[in-house]
Amino acid sequence: MSNRVINWFRYASPQTFYPLAGKLIPWFWALAAIFGVAGLSIGFLLAPTDAQQGEGYRIIFLHVPASWMSMFIYLVMAFWAGTGLAFNTRLSGMMASALAPTGALFAFLSLWTGALWGKPMWGAWWVWDARLTSELILLFLYIGFIALQAAIDDPRRADKAGAILALVGVVNIPIIYFSVKWWNTLHQGASVSLTKAPSMAAMMLWGMLLCALACWMYSIAVALMRVRTIMLERERHTDWVRALLGERE
Amino acid sequence: MLEASKLECVRGERRLFAGVSFRLDGGEMLYLQGRNGSGKTSLLRMLCGMTPAASGEIRWRGKPIRKLGEEFRSELCYLGHQNAIKEELTPLENLLSAARLAQEALDEDSALDALEQVGLHGREDLACRYLSQGQKRRAALARLVHEKRALWVLDEPYVALDTAAVDLVARLIGAHLQRGGLTVLTTHQSVAVPAGAVRELWLGTEEAGDARHALTEC
Amino acid sequence: MLVLIRAVIGRDLRLAMRRQADIVAATFFFIIVVSLFPLGVGPDADQLRKLAPGVLWVAALLATMLSLPRLFADDHRDGTLEQLALAPQPLGLIVFGKVIAHWLVAGLPLVLLAPVLGIQFDLANDALAVLTLSLLIGTPALSGIGAIGAALTLGVRGGGVLLSLLVLPLYVPVLIFGAGAVDATVSGLGPQAHLSLLGALALGGVFFAPWPTAAALRIALE
Repeated sequence: MSNRVINWFRYASPQTFYPLAGKLIPWFWALAAIFGVAGLSIGFLLAPTDAQQGEGYRIIFLHVPASWMSMFIYLVMAFWAGTGLAFNTRLSGMMASALAPTGALFAFLSLWTGALWGKPMWGAWWVWDARLTSELILLFLYIGFIALQAAIDDPRRADKAGAILALVGVVNIPIIYFSVKWWNTLHQGASVSLTKAPSMAAMMLWGMLLCALACWMYSIAVALMRVRTIMLERERHTDWVRALLGERE
Repeated sequence: MLEASKLECVRGERRLFAGVSFRLDGGEMLYLQGRNGSGKTSLLRMLCGMTPAASGEIRWRGKPIRKLGEEFRSELCYLGHQNAIKEELTPLENLLSAARLAQEALDEDSALDALEQVGLHGREDLACRYLSQGQKRRAALARLVHEKRALWVLDEPYVALDTAAVDLVARLIGAHLQRGGLTVLTTHQSVAVPAGAVRELWLGTEEAGDARHALTEC
Repeated sequence: MLVLIRAVIGRDLRLAMRRQADIVAATFFFIIVVSLFPLGVGPDADQLRKLAPGVLWVAALLATMLSLPRLFADDHRDGTLEQLALAPQPLGLIVFGKVIAHWLVAGLPLVLLAPVLGIQFDLANDALAVLTLSLLIGTPALSGIGAIGAALTLGVRGGGVLLSLLVLPLYVPVLIFGAGAVDATVSGLGPQAHLSLLGALALGGVFFAPWPTAAALRIALE
């Protein structure tokens, strides 16, 4: 990711970034597809059936990558938001708004698949486990970010206000996580330990890593597509967008 | 002392003005004119450092105001469209608390004197919600009576005032200019200020996509 | 610096005193919400004792939500906020003063009422004391963190609802440690750990939150 960050600084103007993103998107889609097919075939065809959990455990090939991505995307989003505030670059704010829906989607997927996994394993759709609860709050933070940006008409103000919220959220996430964890250990009744997972077969680990890579590539591809749309929408009165749209007509 | 170079203002998707430059020295007043929506208030807010300019720079005593920050704000007195008057407080309380928040030394006697000068004698202890529009505006303008800061930025100071009050404000501005102060103001009423050099700046309305403006000296 | 903070607090308190209806409404909201719970879950004393800390704390969060939108909205509407932003001191200090004033007006009444309402829930004396103490330590954090949300939603469509959406998730740690302190007392663990963490949150909320709040206010004024 690091060398692409440098690229993005050089391509910080939407006008130059727009065609670059257009060229990159198919590659990320292709990578997402390759990793996805590889990861899922390992996960569903090659990985052995789990001794304790049976076939049901295979949902982790979606669940775990989704949880990782939901947290990772929040960090990336806050990074872009902070960059936007610090350097006042237009592109950074657009990147942050483009990432938020994908992050929210992964947070939701993680909760959803977690519930599907929880029912056969723990006998309940939902338990107030520390991780589940934090993930739920993370989803709330994403929704708050999206709602705040949607409520502000001026896009520059929306970017800046969203940036402050994202940064405040980033500071708070560890505090929320540890407080929820502590709360959970205090109320032993409902707690189910996820950490004592059986030592994972190498095959499972590979499948999961490939699926995580697929989710990662998918996120980049989708975020780039969304940022291109946001660029066109916000800069529709500039010469370069007019020229671009004129070419197509 | 106050210099603006090539200021550009974009509101939403419209460019209100671009390439606005002027220079204002001690004892001078800038008289900002233009139709409704031409960006007068936006320009004033830019000069205060509240709204960042889309491009261009504003310098105070040779330094960009963004860098000066508090140093610049301590020499600035801004009077906006809204009166910044608390309806629940009396004119006297309003005046004193505004001075305290701006960290100006203003004792009660000078505050009472200021209120008397703007014609609010006998209403110092009446909650502002019982005052008329014009009286509220007077209460807001009472701040100017003992205001010693160098740069005054006034948005439509004459609105809602009767002729006597307009004369008073013009006199206050004149005295301020004579002390070597600077004033930037917008108004739709042409009012002669008794002293100081006046510059005029026209903010043109947008027609062919770019803004026109003219700087004349009289 | 202290003079300025005192001036801000003094002004806000004076304004609040001239407009007591707001304080009274938020306080009664707190009382009513807390009193509704026994009607909803039944008068069983054991159950009520268990619910009490959570109910009182959640009601305190909601009551704070009620008073937050006006923290900056009035100043924004009449132009005072512009004057505050142009004052020759850091805006964060002014916000700090306003947060303190908000706590005195909106948080302190909740603290004072808590022991009375706790009796409704048949709480023992030590639990009552800890509940009051936890609210005393925790409510400043609610004012501080809430100020960020109030500044972000200033002048925004549907600001009040949006404010709850932004701020309530950030209140989770305060809620957990606040209600947890009482639980810990009841179960014999001792509330010290919870209360110290709550104190840390309150310090963070009151001293750090004014700066992002000031940044958000400047954005709202642009």
